[in-house]
This record gives sequence, C-alpha cells and structure tokens, in this order.
Amino acid sequence: MSRQRMPFVSRTILGVAAALAAFLGFTSPSHAVSDEAITADRPPQLLSGFGFFSDARAQAPVDGVIPYDLNTPLFSDHARKHRFVYVPAGKAAAYDATEAFAFPVGSALIKTFAFPANLDAPDENVRLIETRVLLRHEDGWQAWAYLWNEDQADAVLKIAGAKVPVTLSGIGKDPVSFTYSVPNKNQCKGCHALSGEISPLGPKARNLNRDYDYPEGAHNQLAFWSDAGALAGAPAPEDAPAVPDSRDEMAPLEARARAWLDVNCAHCHRREGPASNSGLFLTFGERDPVALGIGKRPVAAGRGSGDRAFDVKPGDPDGSILIHRVESTEPGVMMPELGRVLADHDAVKLLREWISSLR
Amino acid sequence: MFLQATKPIGFAAALTFSLWGGAFAAEITVEPGEGASEKLLEALIMAQPGDTVMIAEGRYELTDGLSLDVDDVTVRGAGTDRTVLSFKGQTGSGEGLLVTSDRVVLEDFAVEDSKGDGVKSKGSDQITFRNLRVEWTGGPKAENGAYGVYPVSSKNVLIDGVTVRGASDAGIYVGQSENIIVRNSLAEYNVAGIEIENSFRADVHGNVATHNTGGILVFDLPNLPVQGGHDIRVFDNEVVDNDTPNFAPEGNIVAIVPKGMGIMVMANRNVHVFDNKLDGNATAHVLIAAYPNDYEDENYVFVPRGVYVHDNSYGEGGFEPDGEVGKTISDVSGTPVPDIVWDGVTTIPEYFSWTASENGVYVDEAEGTTFVNLKMISQLLLPWGWWPSTDIAAHAGSLPEPEPVKLPQDGGA
Repeated sequence: MSRQRMPFVSRTILGVAAALAAFLGFTSPSHAVSDEAITADRPPQLLSGFGFFSDARAQAPVDGVIPYDLNTPLFSDHARKHRFVYVPAGKAAAYDATEAFAFPVGSALIKTFAFPANLDAPDENVRLIETRVLLRHEDGWQAWAYLWNEDQADAVLKIAGAKVPVTLSGIGKDPVSFTYSVPNKNQCKGCHALSGEISPLGPKARNLNRDYDYPEGAHNQLAFWSDAGALAGAPAPEDAPAVPDSRDEMAPLEARARAWLDVNCAHCHRREGPASNSGLFLTFGERDPVALGIGKRPVAAGRGSGDRAFDVKPGDPDGSILIHRVESTEPGVMMPELGRVLADHDAVKLLREWISSLR
Repeated sequence: MFLQATKPIGFAAALTFSLWGGAFAAEITVEPGEGASEKLLEALIMAQPGDTVMIAEGRYELTDGLSLDVDDVTVRGAGTDRTVLSFKGQTGSGEGLLVTSDRVVLEDFAVEDSKGDGVKSKGSDQITFRNLRVEWTGGPKAENGAYGVYPVSSKNVLIDGVTVRGASDAGIYVGQSENIIVRNSLAEYNVAGIEIENSFRADVHGNVATHNTGGILVFDLPNLPVQGGHDIRVFDNEVVDNDTPNFAPEGNIVAIVPKGMGIMVMANRNVHVFDNKLDGNATAHVLIAAYPNDYEDENYVFVPRGVYVHDNSYGEGGFEPDGEVGKTISDVSGTPVPDIVWDGVTTIPEYFSWTASENGVYVDEAEGTTFVNLKMISQLLLPWGWWPSTDIAAHAGSLPEPEPVKLPQDGGA
C-alpha cells in the first residue's frame, strides 16, 4: 500500500469515531473534525469548535483535513495563507475541469491569513490574523470569518468583520503599516458569488494542479485528493488544466498575466459574477479580446478610468485603465475593491509587461 | 405576522432574535453613537426577510461600505436631512451601500461623500429607492464617485423622490435593467442628471434635471451583457439650465457630453420624449445621435431607431454650444443651435435605400420650434455636396407609445 493511501484510512476511522461520538452525545473529541459544527445552523463562536487543527497555533491540521496550495494565489496585502479542505468521510467532491469542484454537504474550506514580521523571513514571528471558513450546507455555502486572539490560541467569530493594524517589513526599504481588513459576511459574498450564490474560488483544477509537500512527501494535489477519497472523477494530472505561478518567470508572459487576472479579478469579472455588468471578463478561458479589455471602453468606471480611454490599450500600460486600477490603493478606484489595501507591485510589473507586449 | 416593537428594541436582543432564524418580522433600530457603524453593518447582515432596519436620526461616520443581501428588507431613516450616512472616511468597498437582494426598500436617509458610487443595487428584483439624498458635499468634482443612485442588472426598479448632487458620471443611473420608473426626483450638479443605459421599458417623469452638464440621457453602449435598450418614455420633466462644466474623468462616455445638453438619445430604440419643459440649455435642448466611437461588437446597433419627440416646451437654448460636440453641431447648424438636433447618421444600407417607418425620427412640436438634421452621414459619404436640413415637416408622423411601466411594488403587476 502506498503511503498516500494512509490519510484516507485514518480519515475514515476518525470520521466514524466522530459520528459515533456525536451519536452517543459526546462532545467532539479534540483531535477530530466536528461534522455537526460544519452543518449546524449557527457557527461555533470559536474556531476550535470545528476541530480542524491538532495544533492551531502551528496550523497543523487533524487527519482528514488536507492542506493545499494554489499555483497563483489571490493577493491579500502579502498575507501568508494556510489553506485546508475537509470532505466528510465516505463522500467526495466531484471534479470539474473549469469551475470549483462540487463539494458534498458537510465539506469545509479553511483559509488562515497570517503575517510574518518581515516578508524576507516568512516563517519567523508569524502572527495569525484570521481564519475564513466556507461550509457546505444543504442549501449552499456559508461563509464566516474568525479573528485570532492575541494569545494565538483560538479565533473568535466576527460577523461584522474587523480592522487589524499590521506592520510589515520586507516590501520596500521601510516597514509598511496598514489596516488589514477582515471581511464581514456580505463582503465574503462580494467575491464568492457565482450567479448570486456563494461559491468557492480557489479549488479549481487549473489552480490546484501542482505538487504539495505533504508530511508523506511531495505529491500532485489532484492525485492526492483523489487517492484520499476527497475527490472523484479527476483525470491524471497531466490531462488536467493548469495555470502557471504568475511569479514564475520561466512561464510564458501571457499565461502568467492571465493566471493572475483569473485569480484576482475573474471571481467578479465573469459573466456570472458580481461585475458581470461591466462587460469585462477575465477568466483564464476567456477568448474574446474585447471582453478581456483590449480596446474596450469603460462603462461604470467613474474616476477609476484615470482619464484613460481603454481598459487595455495594447502596447501602452500607462494608457490602460487596468493598470491604473491595479496600481491604486484608493477606494473607488482600486481593483479589486475588497481584500487589499496595498498594491501588488509584482503583479503591476507583470501586467505592464503583458500589455507592453500586446500589439 | 408582523411584530412591531413599540420602542427601539435593544440591539443585542434584536440581533439575537433575528440571528438564528426567528420566524417573525422585526424592527431593528440602530442608534448613533459609539459602535454605531458596526451595529448598522451587523443589522444589515443579520436582518431576516420581512425585517425593517431603522436608522435613527443622527450622523453616522462610516469607514467601510455597507451591504444588504437579504430579501424583503426595508432600510429606513428618519429623513434625508436627519439620518445621514457619511462615507467621508471610507477606506474600502466600491460604493456606500450595495444591495444584492430582492424586494428591498431604501427610504428616508442620506448617503454623503462615498468614495465610489453612492447607493447601488446589482441583480435586484423589485428594488425601491424612495426619498433618498445622495450627495458629494464638496460640489461637482472629478474626484467624486461615479453614480449616485445606481441600480444595475436589476428589474422592477422604482426611484421616487430622490435627490442626487455631484456625481461625476450620472446622478441617477439605471443600467442594464428592465421595468423602471424614475419620478419626482431632483438631479443637479452632476455630469449627467438622469441616465438610462442599455435598459428596457423605462418611464422617466416628473423629475427636475438642472445644473448638470447634461439633463437626461438615454444611451445604449456596445460590449455589454445587456444591449438593445428600448421602450423609454421621458415626459413631464423639467430639464432646465444644465450649465455645469463637464467634470467627468476622461474615458467615461459621459465625458463627451457638452455643457448645456438637455435631453440626449443615443443608439436606443423606441424612445418617446414629450411634455417636457426645456429651457436654458446652452448647447441644445434635444439631441438624437449615433454612438460616436469605434467599437467591435457585431450585436450592437449604433444608431437610434424610432424616436418620437412631441409636445415639449422650449425656452431659450443653443446659445453657447460647448466643447467638441457643441462645435461639431454649431459648425453645421449655426448658433443658436436649433431646439432639436438629429445628427442624421443612418446605417449605410439605409442611406442608400430607406428607413423602415418604425425606425424613423418623428417630431411634432408647436409652431416655431426649430430643428436641424445635421446629415453627418452625407458629410462622410458625399463630402463634395451636402447640406443640413431644417425641414421639421419632413419628420411629421408618430409612433405608438409604449404602455406605462407598472411595477409590483408600486401597485402594478
């Protein structure tokens, strides 16, 4: 038996144990996920109520909670992110080649946002800020944010969001101080909405199709999820789509730029998304150049236009509204509207190169 | 069942009550003071269908946008001068208040100085904006947000008794929506006072549009998910003294609107403009025009089709045509510019054959009303010999008027 089968076995056993415990009226054991908490009408006041972590401070998950990473992540003010997926024992998410996988009821997606004191030493002096959970209920997904306590032992449910002062070194010469924004419940939906319903964004085949360093060793994530029984119907990784890491300078320029736009913009800027009325559609698969902004005039940009006539003006990044909005940190101008107060300078540079390359 | 609290119920109690699926409609009152903005945010998030969120008299300094995503909720203030939501210190979100749910009523409060749009609804059915004030208090400035009241991709939209000042695009902007009433509202000191864009079935009546760059615009733009705007009635409005220099950031389509435009119809179908009072609009009272920019969109019809202008009253106008558009018109028409201007652009096949009667431009106005067909297409195709036409009689005729818009939330179906 290969090593990557092991999580599946232990997951199943723990799942059964948890179910038994719940059946017998016990509180959840400390080292197992509470399936009840995930599907309950009201979320627990403390993150620990879910039982996702064996060591929360270290972000070490219990068995059955699978950590994952994305090829190109969403930029959130340089926050480090720890991502986890939980699929109840005996169930599996259905593979989809384009959209987020269809997760069964009782699934959870967990994402912790953390800041090191210095980006150059990303593993030192790390402060956990918030953990967002997406919970799959019968009637759809629920999104909640938990704010970590000062002592970093647990996190508390925050319905109205929170503002957290952060000071971060390693961006430029001097440390940068800013107010990090924990989203409120509606703001979660501001991005996680597909045809008006809350929907996961990250776990798409093209963004998961990469290796992850599991305790058992490096393994392709799609294959690992499949082996663990959490994903059904996935093809071999080489037959699944993949986007490059936008920071990977060895990858083709256009694919890198499109991967960044896909992850950072296309949750809104797609035909089924909150920015559908803009006519600007930035999913990785978009083929219509005007929909991608090329030669497209703005509709409702207001001062977001930056006195520029086109979303993307080939060869002219400074004449392109897209650059103006990605560079800006001013509310009402900056894009995305939510989820950042700083600019992603690497992305601006990449997008400038891409637009310069267009003819 | 409707449980009405006689006094403002304690917020914590109200929240607990509605938070976990209480079956009764509740009235949740938010009072100004310490933590008010967080309480308001929570009240909007935790409201249950049927609830009313009362925002008590006072000034609320908000640092982030508000949003409502629950159906059947009323958000009510104590009046547009008494309940003021100020977004002067806003550090996030693209609008002051965003509504994404159905059967929502917003009434009796003011939104001031939002960094982006003022009050937006996206994808809402039966949304009512009643007796609101949305204002940028520093006057007309390019730094102001784009739209004041901004329903988009919505249907059954009622805008009634709203005042909007200072929007750097349009005070009242309805986009990509259907079944729309805009009435009894005041739009002043905006770039566009009232704009109906890429929308179907709209009645715009009983409004005052004054001191904007342009008063009332009916547009259709290319490359949008909803196109082919049609069946618009603009009537009984006062469109007077639109005299604010254009302060829209460049790139936005309204940046082309000249100061002193009264009513402008661009690239739309079956638009009826009647019984309006037009006065003091220095570029032109009524302009009917094609979309002027290049575009790539094979589904887009760039010329207006079926426009009927009748029974309006015209005071002084056209005396100081502004900007590039004003110059283009007056170079052909002379100054003062006639009351009604049609650019005369048709599609080329139509130019060489004929225009179907339902697609014509018809004018039926009182004796003495002036008109010009600029014949811009002839200017393009026959540069060696063309002239404008001021023959208003050539546009005699009429079009059947669209049925009045009826909205479910307004006693109609």
